[in-house]
Amino acid sequence: MNAGSSDDVRLDDTAPGDQGSGTITMGRAVWGYLIGFALATLLSVVSFYLTRSTLVWEPSIPIALSVLAIAQMGVHLVFFLHITAGPDSVNNLLALAFGVLIVMLLVFGSLWIMTHLNHNMLPMDQIMKMQR
Amino acid sequence: MSAIQATGGATGDGHNLVVIPERRARESQVASGAEGTRIVVAYGFWIFLISDIILFAAFFATYAVLADSTAGGPTGRNLFDIRNVAIETACLLSSSLFCGLAAIGARFANARLFHASMVATFALGLAFLSLEAREFSHLIAQGDGPSRSGFLSAFFALIGCHGLHVTAGLLWLLTMMAQVVAKGFRQDVLRRLLCFSLFWHTLDIIWVALFSLVYLVGVAP
Repeated sequence: MNAGSSDDVRLDDTAPGDQGSGTITMGRAVWGYLIGFALATLLSVVSFYLTRSTLVWEPSIPIALSVLAIAQMGVHLVFFLHITAGPDSVNNLLALAFGVLIVMLLVFGSLWIMTHLNHNMLPMDQIMKMQR
Repeated sequence: MSAIQATGGATGDGHNLVVIPERRARESQVASGAEGTRIVVAYGFWIFLISDIILFAAFFATYAVLADSTAGGPTGRNLFDIRNVAIETACLLSSSLFCGLAAIGARFANARLFHASMVATFALGLAFLSLEAREFSHLIAQGDGPSRSGFLSAFFALIGCHGLHVTAGLLWLLTMMAQVVAKGFRQDVLRRLLCFSLFWHTLDIIWVALFSLVYLVGVAP
């Protein structure tokens, strides 16, 4: 979509959720979903397994779970929502990238500020003493 | 003075004459009609979904901040039933697969595949919701409701918000099945179906974040 021509949509843009911009057979389309489903199931099973196993160093489990979650979200985006890095999907990807930026600012900003506040605040019993 | 104006007018006209064929040439590769509308509708809905993801991020940030504020009450490790969460995840993940099959059924105008897949999507979504409702009522019955601690308030708000979205999705799913029965695979019905499948898959993405970062991190050693 060019600047200044708001009503124009180029044919080589894909709608988010559309599987492939050209023709595709039904079998191939079904295969795409099955591959995505298999990958997502694998990642979920590994996530659930990690919390019970002693395979991974314990303090690193939350990080490992976050990485697996992000990987699974990527699988869902590519195989189910068909948001790809292809040139015909640039608009969809840019919107998503902006959304991810806001999500990161929101989550990490909140955590950063609130742990800082917690750290600098007097313990609760001392506040109670001061109010007496 | 008038001569200058006349010349200005003439160049203006000339400019227009040049522009018109250029515009025509451009319009030939511009999508028109049904395909263009489809791209615009889906893109607009995608923007809405991203705003919905930001809404969930706000709830999630609240939960992350309050996760340790248990007010002397139970923590996630005491409360979360991971087997239940695993079954919920399996339900929602396979409902996403069937939703994709329904989209394929609609694309190839295969009514039987479409309806069978939509019924499966609905049943799995309903199973997910009833498991979640059972978990909530169980927690509230043992006195660990949203008013117990800051942690539980944030937990119920976050998971409950996702549950409400799934409920809305199930109602939308039934509406789409009725529309396909009444109107067939018309262009406008297909556009709504595309939006519905985007919505359903996005709910699944949000659930991935919830089961990993709320439930599993909650019970992790």
